[in-house]
Amino acid sequence: MNTPPAEVYRITLADSGEAFPCTARQNVLAAMESLGRKGIPVGCRGGGCGICRVQVLGSGGYRTLKMSRAQVSVEDAAAGICLACKLIPERDLTVRALGLLRKAIM
Amino acid sequence: MSFSGVMRPGHCSIRVMEMEPALTHYVERLGLIKTGEDRQGRVYLKAWDEHDVFSIVLREADAPGMDYMGFKVHSSADLDRFEVDLRAYGLAVERMPAGELKGCGHRIRFTIPSGHSIELYAEKERVGNGLGYRNPHPWPEGLKGMKVYRYDHCLLYGPRVPDVADLFTGVLGFNLTERVVTPDQSMIGAFFSCSNKAHDIAFIEHPEPNKFHHASFMLMTWEEVLHAADIMGMHEISIDIGPTRHGITRGRTIYFFDPSGNRNEVFCGDYTWYPDRDPITWDTEQLGRAIFYHDRKLNENFLSVVT
Repeated sequence: MNTPPAEVYRITLADSGEAFPCTARQNVLAAMESLGRKGIPVGCRGGGCGICRVQVLGSGGYRTLKMSRAQVSVEDAAAGICLACKLIPERDLTVRALGLLRKAIM
Repeated sequence: MSFSGVMRPGHCSIRVMEMEPALTHYVERLGLIKTGEDRQGRVYLKAWDEHDVFSIVLREADAPGMDYMGFKVHSSADLDRFEVDLRAYGLAVERMPAGELKGCGHRIRFTIPSGHSIELYAEKERVGNGLGYRNPHPWPEGLKGMKVYRYDHCLLYGPRVPDVADLFTGVLGFNLTERVVTPDQSMIGAFFSCSNKAHDIAFIEHPEPNKFHHASFMLMTWEEVLHAADIMGMHEISIDIGPTRHGITRGRTIYFFDPSGNRNEVFCGDYTWYPDRDPITWDTEQLGRAIFYHDRKLNENFLSVVT
C-alpha cells in the first residue's frame, strides 16, 4: 500500500547554515542521520540521554514526543528547547544544537 | 567452586517513559517473559532460562535510568551478616519489606559511593525455566525475538570508583577481575565478579552520580548475537555499536537502546573467572582497544551517553 507523500520541511542549523529536508513523519535527528549529515550530536535516539538537545529559533511550528524531564524541563520546553530525536517539524525550522558531548575520563 | 555470600545479579529496576513501547521492546524484541505487574503499575519480567520469578522491573517515570540493582545472596544468614557489615562500614541501610517487590523476600538497600542504589535479598519466588527438573528438554518452544537467556550484569557510571571497589571487594566479597588505570595508576574503571563470570557489575568513573550505562543480557553464540542485530534492523531499534568485540572481558557484543534511551547489551562469550586469578589491568592509553577491540577507539557515545 502506498502512503501519501508527507510534507517536506527544511531544517537549517543556525551555527553552520547547513540545511537538510525532514518530512512531517520523521524526527529531525533521524532526517539528519539518514542523509549522512552532521551538526547535531547523536545519542540514544530515544529522548533519554539529552545529547541531541537543540533550541528551535522562532516560536511554534513543531511538536515533540515524550522526552526525559531530566533533560528538558518545563521551562526549557517553553524556551523552545527540546531533543532533536523527538522533534517533529510542522514548518521550516532553524535549530541551534546545544548538547555538548561530555567526556567522562581524562 | 562453592557459593556463599553474594550469588548473582538478581534484578534491575529500569525507568521507562512509556510502558507500552517498553514492553514491545523487552518482551517482543529481547524475548523476556512478562510474569506479573503490581498495583503501582510496575511490570515484572524474566529471561527464559532464569528460575526466579523476575529479574527486570519496569517502572514508568518521566525520566529514564536505573532505580536500583539487586543481588541475590546465598542465605538469610548471609543477608543478616551483610546488613551488620554494611552498617559497620558506615553505610545507611534501608530495609524493604517482603512483598514490596512482588514475589521477593525482604531486601536491604544502600547507596554506594558512586550514588547508585544497590540491594541484597535472599529469597525470591522460584518458578523454574519452564523445562522442569526431571529429564528436561534443552530449550522451550515459543520464545520471541532475541531469546536472551538471562539478565547478566550492569555497567554503571558515577564518581569514586576506588571507593566503590573497596566496598565491593572488602565488604560484599566480590573479586576485582579487570580494571582501567590512568598513567598515575588511579582506577577509573572496575569490573567485579561475585561468581564464575568475568563480570557481574562494572563501574566507570563519571562526574555525575547514579548514571546508568547499560543492562546486559546473555546469549550463547556469535550467531545469536548476529540474529539479535538482525532483529534490531527489522524493527528499527537504535543501535549504539556492534556487533563487535570487547577487549575487557572478551565479550562479543552489541549495544543498543530501549525506546526511552536506556542502553541495553546482548553479548556472548566472556571467560570463566576463578578467585585465584590475578585481575587484568588496562592502561587508559589502550582504552579504545579495551572497550572496542576491533575499531581500537571509543565511539563518541561510550563515555557520554547515559541515563
